[in-house]
Order: sequence, then C-alpha cells, then structure tokens
Amino acid sequence: MLTDEKRKLELMAATIRKTALETIHTAGSGHIGGSFSMADIMAVLYFKAMNVDPKNPDKPDRDRLVVSKGHCSPVTYATLALKGFFPLEHLKTFRQIDSDLSGHVEIHVPGVDMSGGSLGQGLSVALGMAMYAKANHINNYVHAIMGDGEIEEGQIWEAAMCAGFYKVNNLIAFVDNNKIQLDGRLSEVMDPNPIDEKFRAFNWNVINVNGQDVEEIANAIDEAKKCLDKPTMIVAHTTKGAGVSIFEDTARFHGGQPTPEEYEQAIKELDDRIASLEV
Amino acid sequence: MGENISTRVAYGRALAEFGDRSDIYVFDSDLKSCTMSMYFAEKYPERFFNIGIAEANMVNIGAGFATCGATSLVHTFAIFAAGRVYDQVRNDVCYPGLNVKVVGSHAGLTVGEDGATHQALEDMSLMRTIPGMTVICPCDDNETRLAVKAMLDYKGPVYFRTGRPAVESVTGDIPGYSFEIGKGCQLRDGSDVTLIACGLMVQRTLKAADLLAAEGISARVIDMATIKPIDREIIVKAAKETGAIVTAEEHNIIGGLGSAVSEVLTDECLVPLQRVGVNDCFGHSGHPNDLLEHFGLTPENIAANAKKAIARK
Repeated sequence: MLTDEKRKLELMAATIRKTALETIHTAGSGHIGGSFSMADIMAVLYFKAMNVDPKNPDKPDRDRLVVSKGHCSPVTYATLALKGFFPLEHLKTFRQIDSDLSGHVEIHVPGVDMSGGSLGQGLSVALGMAMYAKANHINNYVHAIMGDGEIEEGQIWEAAMCAGFYKVNNLIAFVDNNKIQLDGRLSEVMDPNPIDEKFRAFNWNVINVNGQDVEEIANAIDEAKKCLDKPTMIVAHTTKGAGVSIFEDTARFHGGQPTPEEYEQAIKELDDRIASLEV
Repeated sequence: MGENISTRVAYGRALAEFGDRSDIYVFDSDLKSCTMSMYFAEKYPERFFNIGIAEANMVNIGAGFATCGATSLVHTFAIFAAGRVYDQVRNDVCYPGLNVKVVGSHAGLTVGEDGATHQALEDMSLMRTIPGMTVICPCDDNETRLAVKAMLDYKGPVYFRTGRPAVESVTGDIPGYSFEIGKGCQLRDGSDVTLIACGLMVQRTLKAADLLAAEGISARVIDMATIKPIDREIIVKAAKETGAIVTAEEHNIIGGLGSAVSEVLTDECLVPLQRVGVNDCFGHSGHPNDLLEHFGLTPENIAANAKKAIARK
C-alpha cells in the first residue's frame, strides 16, 4: 500500500471515530467500545475495498456488509454518512423517536444491507447473500463483522459449517477480537479462543491481522479474494475503544458514556490524530 | 376432483407446480422428504439448498437471499419453525419485512406417535403476534394448492402451516369456494350458529354441522384458512346474523384462531363464543385419530359447543 493511501485511510478511520463519538454524544447513548475497535475495518471496507455507490445504494451487484454486531450502529452510520449515503447532519437524529437511525443497525437506512442486533445471526444472513450471488453469477463480495463475544452464540457455528461446506468463497467475514464483552473480559466471561483454529476446522481460509492496522486489513481482504474454494475469516486483533486512550481496553464504554470532561479529552485526542494525518 | 392427501403433500406438489420462477429459492433443514419440499428439489435442484439440521441458519440464509430480491421458502417442522427460530423469524424476517415464507409442517396433535415435543400447538399464536406476519393454515389439497399460489404471488413474510396425515378433500366440491389471503370462505350457510375452523378441523366442523342439522339446528360453516390478517368482515356478519360462534382448531385455544375471532368479537360485536381446541396443555404420543378424540377435537364436541353457544345467547 502506498504511504499516502495508508495515511488517507488512517485519517478516515480517525474521522469515523470522531463522527461516531459526536453522534453518540448528541444522542446521549450508544456503544463506543465496539464501534471504535472496528473503525479501521470500516474505513478499509467503505473507502477502499467495497464496490458500493452512495448515489445508487441498491444496485444489485454491489458488495455488501452485514454488521452482525448491530449495536455498533454509531460507527456504521458515521461511515455511511461520510461515504455520502445520507447527510452528516442526519446523524444528529440518532436514536430519536422520529429518526430512521435506530439504536441498532437498520436495513431501512440508505447503505445498510441488513438489520442487526440479535447477536449471532448476521453471519448466516451474509452467507445467504453470498450464496445468492453465486447462484445468480453475480461477481461480488459479501462481508460480515462479528464481535468476539458474539461468536459465543451457537448459530455462528451453524453458519461456519454451512459456508465451509458450500465453499462460499465470496464471503469475507471479520471477527472484531477486542477481547471484552459487556460483562467483562472474554477470558473471565466465556472464552471462544482459539478463534482462528475453530474456523479453520470448519474449512475456512483464516487470516490473523492487527485490526487497528489499515494496511494489514486491506492486504487480508486482497488475499481473501484470491481464495477460490473457501470462505475467509479475518480475525482482527483489536482493542476495545481503540483510538482514544481513556476508552481503551475496558468494558466501561461497551455501552456506558463518558463524563463531559472525558468527552472533551476524547475529542481532543481525535482532533490531534486527525491533524497529524492531514497534509 | 380432489384427492385425500395430507396438506404437506399438497403443499410440496403445489410448490413444484408453481416453482418455475427464477426468484424462488427453497431451503430445507434435513426434512425435505417430510415437509415435501423434495418435489421442488427434484424439479429445480439449482434453486434448492439443504442446510442440514440448523434451522436458525436456514431462516437467516433465506433472509439473506430475500434482501437480494429472492422469494425464499424455508422448511422445517412447525414446532421448530415457530418456536426454535422465533427470534430469527421476528428480527431477521418480519422486522426487515423480507419476502421469506416460513413453512411449518407436521403441525398440531396429528404428528401422532412422535409425541408432545414434536406437536406444535402454539405455533399460530407465536407467529400471529409478530407484526407484519401473515398466517395461513389450509384444510385440504385444493385449498393448499390455491394458498401456495397466493403465497408465492404475495410479497412479504408468511407462516404456512401444514399437517402430516391424509385429510379428506372437501373445498374443491363446494360451489363458490375460493381462496384469497385474508378472506374466510363460507362453506355452508346457517342461521342459528356459526362454526369457524381452520386446518383439518374444517372437515370435522362440516360433520358437526351435519350432526346439528339432524337435530334441527342450522349451522353456518366458515373455513378460515388465513388466521392473520383475520377476515373481520365475515366474522362480524356471522355474529350479527347467527348470534353465536364456535371456533375449532388443532392448536392451543390460547392465541390461535379462537383468540383471533374473540378479539374481533370483543372489538365489534359481542356474542357467545365457544372455543374448541387443545385446552392449554401439551399433547402426547398416540394414533392421530385417537389424539383428536382424546383432546375433544371431534365433530361431536364441536356440535356440543355449538349448543352451549346457542344456549348462552
């Protein structure tokens, strides 16, 4: 990856984080930790990898994304707004009674391919989309992003078995392995590790990456597209709340909100990061 | 003329008959020879996927197909279709309003010897309560065929309930019979009481009307193949004209046809209502006919309830 392209993706990831945080702040609620850990994946997907057109959000041969960890609507809506699917101003209505931007990701929002929220179900939906594309000879890729806590749900493994069995190689999924779920660390609540070996056992092409490194994420997606006989699982090793020091590696900001002082500090950190990446 | 086959066989044949549409995709969960999706699978193997014993995955794969424009039909036993994957049907089919048809076979007591764990007696209740869901429970071969065609032409979530045993073909021989989603069909006119039934209780209700006629009681019979949206008009008309109603269903009396009818009566025209069904208990193993007898799903019990309803006028 060219240095300038990497810088632009990093800048986008920081901008996505700031936009998501402002969206949550205006609403007064929303999930920071899981949104921030997957922000770099979203930047790479929507600003490099995915074939989507904000002017034609329903075009049939587009690439698709199922945000299976549907509580991470702030990062999803921020990314889609920055991509141009709807005005940034609209984010101010997040979680309001008369808005389509509900607390969990909604199919009715332009650019969203499927609703999410009931955990463990999105990988199956993405698998269905990918199987549809293959059956109809559509050359596209379908993505899904799951939380690492989410893969404690049994349905994930039904989908894993099926995708491997049908060799659905246009399915490129991610586990946002930020190591913390609502009640605490996975290692204390319920540990799904080793994640990579499990998906390999279900006949997946598995790639481990630093999920906060846009270049590694982009390279993994390129590598996934070369695999012709297996679905790909990109295990993204991430930090919950990544990108703001006080949000990092804690369950407190899974759904909890920062104090006004913490919010100001977070915005400052993100502004500094954005300034350092702007030329 | 009609054939005395099960509604699941009639369903499977109709799906194959009307399946020649490139947007139709069919999924089963290792039960294709039970749900009878196998007829479609044999005819259109390129649009059939066996997902194995993984109903949740199947429903959501169907949902994924539907987001791309497909008409998806997912198949399993009614007990699993409505219960095991309730969350998937609610959140991933009905909430996004996707064109997925959830087909539950082997509904009710007449699964028979397999027993209570496999006898769906709550499925219509569970499916009926989800916003946007249409619930259809046909009674015989002819009605099933027409309902499948209507379901395929309708865009949106549907729960389609079929049964295991062979049942008498009746609707094809009734003049003026027609099927339309959301419409009940009057099979016989009457003035003293109205009997409203769905599924295999329709045939038993026609027999109950004969029993009542022999005693000089004129019973109207309505085949209510669509449980949701319920045909309010035909219910209110029957209530006003006959003044007493009996419902009959192979289902818990809570939440199904009887409840749907009682809701309409409560809203619009209170008349005595007697609900025939399984009285809020689980089924158990046995021969299907013995079970229907044991739980009171008989023409005699429907007729007895008709007399009770009339007495309450």
